[in-house]
Amino acid sequence: MIPEEIKKLIGTSGSAKFYEVEKGAIRRFADAVGDYSPLYHDEEYARKSKHGSMIAPPGFFGWPLNQAGNSPLAVDIPPELESAFERSGYPLSLVLDGGMEYEFFLPVRAGDVLSAVTIVRNLRERSSETGSIIVAFLDTTYHNRDGELVAIQQLVFIRRSLNQPPKEAAHA
Amino acid sequence: MPEQIYWDDIEVGMGITPLAKIATTQMLVRWAGASGDFNPLHYDSAYVEAEGLGQVIVHGALKRQWLIQLITDWIGEQGTLKKFSCQYGAMDYPRHMKTISEPQTGETWHCKGKVTKKYIEGGQHLIECRIVVENGKGEVTTSGRATVILTVKSI
Repeated sequence: MIPEEIKKLIGTSGSAKFYEVEKGAIRRFADAVGDYSPLYHDEEYARKSKHGSMIAPPGFFGWPLNQAGNSPLAVDIPPELESAFERSGYPLSLVLDGGMEYEFFLPVRAGDVLSAVTIVRNLRERSSETGSIIVAFLDTTYHNRDGELVAIQQLVFIRRSLNQPPKEAAHA
Repeated sequence: MPEQIYWDDIEVGMGITPLAKIATTQMLVRWAGASGDFNPLHYDSAYVEAEGLGQVIVHGALKRQWLIQLITDWIGEQGTLKKFSCQYGAMDYPRHMKTISEPQTGETWHCKGKVTKKYIEGGQHLIECRIVVENGKGEVTTSGRATVILTVKSI
């Protein structure tokens, strides 16, 4: 059984977060991937491309503004959900990244500020010999400063209860 | 820049131009800083040991971006990535560093894909692919799908 205080958060959303898309952050992100496309590095080149300005690789949505700075993960977990997991014995240290799904509508442009709203779409329990695993499905919708839909992201992440050895297969 | 591909030239079953990648401990630190994922699981050996795992592991999200690059490299600047998904099936371990800038010899990963569908919908010329990251032993550690929009050759 998924604890009630976690389950009741299905369908709720966190408040909007804002992400600043800096040129330097785009370059560092692309460098870290090893993607040297000039669209992400060379403003002059990008201006002459079909995009008309520097863009980010798909999957990069900028860097959070006004971030408290204490989340060790790049994932935006609504704070109510995070604290419910913690109180119910599913600590952040046992989080696993399950996978990602994106639908892209517009490129992310350097200089933009994206707003992101995350909804807890679903929570499913998977039992194993060692205890309880909750799989959380979080949908985040990104809009640009002109209010246009940029992308929809579906994140799957896995929380394990305490006293369980890590699961080899899912750990990534 | 590779040559631009067009929807007309694609056939179901065709392979995607593969992309080889390595991961080093240095690259994982770089990725942590660039992506904002500061989970010590990916760079702190003592922490990893205390957690009961063997060694630091490659970020799933980095493998995700490798697969995104596989697609964007292949479709070229005229193509558009419309949908993408991936799941992490197994852990990968980075190479250690030999010098301040050179990695030790070791594992190389191969990002690969295959065209599974070619169709037109809502006026868009679409291609669907299955994509994978294979480790040095040829085992799939990450898999996914992508849907892309390609342009049609002008007559």
